[in-house]
Amino acid sequence: MSAFDWITQLLYVAAATCFVLGLHLMNSPATARRGNQVSTAGMILAVATTLALVAHAGTVTTTGWIVMLAGTLVGSGAGLYAARTVEMTAMPQLVSIFNAVGGGAAALVGIDDYVRLASGGIAESTTVFTILDVLIGAVTFSGSIIAAGKLQGLIDGSPITFPGSRAVNVAAAVIAVGGGIYMIATPSVVVLFIIILAALLFGVTMVLPIGGADMPVVISLLNAFTGTAVAMAGFVIGNWALIIAGALVGASGGILTKLMADAMNRSIRNIIVGGFGTGDSAPAVEGPGGDVRSIQADDAAIQLAYAQKVIIVPGYGLAAAQAQHQVAELASVLEERGVEVSYAIHPVAGRMPGHMNVLLAEANVPYPQLKEMDEINPEFPRTDVALVIGANDVTNPAARRPGNPVSGMPILDVDHAKSIIVIKRSMGHGYAGIDNELYVNPKTSMFFSDAKSALTELTAAVKTLVS
Amino acid sequence: MTTVLLTDITIFVLALLVGFEVISKVPATLHTPLMSAANSIHGIVLAGAMLIAVTAHDALGYILAFVAAAFAAMNVVGGYVVTGRMLKMFRRSRTPVADATAPAAVSGNGQAPAAGQRGGQS
Repeated sequence: MSAFDWITQLLYVAAATCFVLGLHLMNSPATARRGNQVSTAGMILAVATTLALVAHAGTVTTTGWIVMLAGTLVGSGAGLYAARTVEMTAMPQLVSIFNAVGGGAAALVGIDDYVRLASGGIAESTTVFTILDVLIGAVTFSGSIIAAGKLQGLIDGSPITFPGSRAVNVAAAVIAVGGGIYMIATPSVVVLFIIILAALLFGVTMVLPIGGADMPVVISLLNAFTGTAVAMAGFVIGNWALIIAGALVGASGGILTKLMADAMNRSIRNIIVGGFGTGDSAPAVEGPGGDVRSIQADDAAIQLAYAQKVIIVPGYGLAAAQAQHQVAELASVLEERGVEVSYAIHPVAGRMPGHMNVLLAEANVPYPQLKEMDEINPEFPRTDVALVIGANDVTNPAARRPGNPVSGMPILDVDHAKSIIVIKRSMGHGYAGIDNELYVNPKTSMFFSDAKSALTELTAAVKTLVS
Repeated sequence: MTTVLLTDITIFVLALLVGFEVISKVPATLHTPLMSAANSIHGIVLAGAMLIAVTAHDALGYILAFVAAAFAAMNVVGGYVVTGRMLKMFRRSRTPVADATAPAAVSGNGQAPAAGQRGGQS
């Protein structure tokens, strides 16, 4: 190894260290920004090192330089624009798009390597990684674009199936894997392009039948895929920085996928392979009947204003109605009166892991008020009012009993509060398709309204009451 | 099996373990920024995209190099900027409402010299 190789390899190690440190600093909101800066520094170091490698190789043509720089500038511009203009509610789509381009780029690295070396004979072990890289990258690319389309509403968010869609999905998988195995024995560029098409088709038919409510799991899974594809690209071109960074992302995506699936009481296999019950209209299951008490803004405002401790339980409905600013305003009015307010955040609130926290942070809610499920559950018994906004299944006490679709699902112990106000448009079912026993609890009052207007009314009512 | 391959696999497995260890400590509050940060880290594929240019001598090579570089650069720049923007919103106490759409200055500027450096060294 020449001195130059030594230095570049050590610089890559330094960059990888920055990535790990950056992720480590994300363990608290206080240090997270520094973490992002450390990670950015590592990336600049890695890119600069690569640039030195490219220049040192001395084989890059003028066109090569222009193409590389032009591509980088175009991509940087697009990324910068998207990152600065995106609404926080649209974060899941943006993350999906970044997954798509990351996976796509990883696949292209593998394709280039294979096409270039196919004639000269490639080691079998390299071929295995190239195939994995290209397949995972292509699946991530098409799957993430479909996921982003669904989240953005360009593609119907409900599960899309057509006659034979499962067969197409399975056939695509068989062709992709079979072609890949064939390529190990017999290098062929034609087969490479066939398996790329099959993988792209597989990505589309994998995500189309998955319903909107399962998106947090899908995004996490695709994130893990992208990381793995990047790591495989690292194997192909023999670059440790790619291997380490890809493995870190794969681990992160894997953990989040597991957390989301657990929080939704579904197995990952069930979501991806099953594709059943992925709509918002699963068959209804009879719950225990009971009287529903409805309430108006004035009465709800009195309860809230004279409470000592209020816990707000925001769910997907709040994000869908984009009412995070209204809820923050109500909370600040209550706090001015000396009411202790905190937020109970279920892991699947919102459309991606942790989405609700970002939406509330954007609405200027201080992060110490954002409580995780395990942290907030013991606090419900000494809470005067629990205000549930657009959350349904995650508050259903039926989850504590066996024998129903939500059995075993981790829930927020909202029913332990002294009184409960639920803001909801109708008595409609949640994602699991069963009645929510919370709504017929004698302690519960239902405020039938859209989240945004309900919160505006409530805030106005509390203000009138106070003055 | 070659030593190089064995080394690569070792690095991969150890990095996975480090990843599991570090990331399992991230609180749920930060899961969206975490995913976004992980997103920007897989933008390291830009390094791979740039290396395509080393051997690109025909139209196909140039096209692959261009598209791969554009994809990866979008991933890396967008990822870091949006993560910075999100993290800036997490405050310990209530402060006057800042403009949420303001550009994230820190990471935004952080990327700018990188582009300059590339031009400079070429």
